[in-house]
Amino acid sequence: MIHVQKIVKAFGRMRALDGVSFSIAQGQYVALLGANGAGKTTLMHILATLSRPTAGHVEIAGYSSKKHPNSIRQRIGFIGHAGLLYDELTAEENLRFFSRMYGISDSESRIGQLLQEVGLLARRHDKVRTFSRGMHQRLSFARALLHYPPILLLDEPFAGLDLNATVMVKNLLDKFIAEEKTVLLTVHDIDYALYNAKRILVLNRGKLIVNKAANELRRDQLQKVLEA
Amino acid sequence: MKRSYLILSILSYICMFIALYMALLYAPTEKSMGDVQRIFYFHVPSAWVSFLGFGIVAVASLFFLRTGKSTWDTLACSAAEVGLLFLTLVLITGPLWAKPVWGVYWTWDARLTTSFILWLIYIGYLMLRNYVSDRQRGARFAAVFGIIGFIDVPIVYMSIRWWRTLHPAAVVGGGADSGLAPVMLATLLVCVAAFTLLFSTLLVFRYNTRLLKEKVEELIIINQS
Amino acid sequence: MKSVRQIGTIIHKDVLIELRSKDIIISMLIFSLIVVVVFNFIFDPGSEMIKTTAPGILWVTIIFAGNLGLARSFAREHENARMHGLLLCPVDRSAIFVAKMLGNIIFITLVEVVSLPIMVILFDIHIRHILWPLILILVLGTIGFAAVGTLFSTISANTKSREVMLPLLLFPVSIPIILAAVKSTTFLMNGGGFAQVWSWIKILIAFDVIFTVLCFLLYDYVLEE
Repeated sequence: MIHVQKIVKAFGRMRALDGVSFSIAQGQYVALLGANGAGKTTLMHILATLSRPTAGHVEIAGYSSKKHPNSIRQRIGFIGHAGLLYDELTAEENLRFFSRMYGISDSESRIGQLLQEVGLLARRHDKVRTFSRGMHQRLSFARALLHYPPILLLDEPFAGLDLNATVMVKNLLDKFIAEEKTVLLTVHDIDYALYNAKRILVLNRGKLIVNKAANELRRDQLQKVLEA
Repeated sequence: MKRSYLILSILSYICMFIALYMALLYAPTEKSMGDVQRIFYFHVPSAWVSFLGFGIVAVASLFFLRTGKSTWDTLACSAAEVGLLFLTLVLITGPLWAKPVWGVYWTWDARLTTSFILWLIYIGYLMLRNYVSDRQRGARFAAVFGIIGFIDVPIVYMSIRWWRTLHPAAVVGGGADSGLAPVMLATLLVCVAAFTLLFSTLLVFRYNTRLLKEKVEELIIINQS
Repeated sequence: MKSVRQIGTIIHKDVLIELRSKDIIISMLIFSLIVVVVFNFIFDPGSEMIKTTAPGILWVTIIFAGNLGLARSFAREHENARMHGLLLCPVDRSAIFVAKMLGNIIFITLVEVVSLPIMVILFDIHIRHILWPLILILVLGTIGFAAVGTLFSTISANTKSREVMLPLLLFPVSIPIILAAVKSTTFLMNGGGFAQVWSWIKILIAFDVIFTVLCFLLYDYVLEE
């Protein structure tokens, strides 16, 4: 589903990504680990077509990111550090805007269904400005799922969430596994990654140093690699 | 590498001396303007090399946007700095020359106004680079601005000329181009050559200093992480 | 077709947000009012001076208020990197440019709709007999200014002090458009012949085309992370 071939993101001598290659098969659940500044967010942004690699090739769902970025955008759901939602609009208006941008035909029922799923149906007419961080993140998930994306790119989906929201996000992720969606997520929580992900990738200073099945990795081993 | 710099520096040093000699001693004193006209031999070449500099900015910016190579960006930035230096000289020598000849330091005619606007554009260009935290993004913004700024130059010039010509007031006559004596022309050409050489030397040095500076900064960052 | 629908959706979203918060429109309108009133103190209303300077005052008002609105509208899109939300959508980057430019045209037009009658009342200018050509000039000037403004406000929104950067980049570059707009308005208001007004309108159209195409082509580079 996702093929990354020798991608480099560089400016001058600084290499945010230095020849990263990997593949993720359909339905795989993969965790991307790495210290701060290892290049995780840069990689996620390139996969989400927000940024172009300096060199290398990215293919998602059979489309080259260079030639058909819009086809890729139509097939990925992205969660980033920032909200990506408009504070002045209500939850429903936000989703309606994005559903129009994605050209979703059954938008009204889809919006209702998603709001129900993330538990925001009662607050659908409230402005996003009034939402807590957890509610904000739940709505972000609804936004990312609007267009039925088969691939999900989640950059730190748990960052800054309270316990309730964390539980909800974890349930959503379990559902993705059950639905056999292709998921690539970055997390700090090693235990979560080891327990849930099929495969673990580790970035270190822009290089991919680990690409293994989760059951082949021991916790202390991974901890060591991450601290290196 | 280092040897070629030395040769280039010595060459521009010698040429500048010849230019100085020709401008101050060799060229005859102009009849109506007197000795003050000699500033012309510095004013015009400065203007020429500053335009050359901004042309380099635009071309390097274009290549940078096409290839994404940081060295093009470094070249564009260096050329903007050196170009701005010479344009500042133009804006200083211009009024010095204008006051005794025209009786005013400044008139809002097309050439002067365009030079001034150009100066503002490249001040903005250099400021823009320092106001973006992400270097790569800053470089891309600067490249876009560098291209638009350069294309803007003839448009600004034309618009002001039309603006002035359709306006009866403020007609500034007596440029330097009204029949130049052969000796004066020769002096001017030598000065232009010398300034171009000086410009190239400064650009090469600035470019290399920038490259070194970037290298040091990058090494510091790499060592920290 | 898909792009047209997306453009409509983006504009609708921006207008809806503006209707909620109203901060852009209110600040633009208050600002343009203040400019008009301040100029009123500089020139005696009713004097002949006002007739010749009114077009200049009108455009200064539009451009200053427009600058204010442009800075605000992109600051809003860039808070918390919300632009990413838009960039993640399957929409062509050029469609984003068109949508943003049209949105800016709407906001600037609103300023004109309010400040023009105020000027007519306060300065006692007669525009009824030239209303349609005046509207044409206003539309053309707004298009050019919005094209450059859309590109540069996207740049400045990503810089450290965007309130300073935007006018610094925007004003020098958009001078040709401002000049052509002021000139054609001046001829129109002071009873210049059709040929004179028309020649400036043609220049204005040419500048609009040049700047819109240029900004359209370069916008992609500015959006990329």
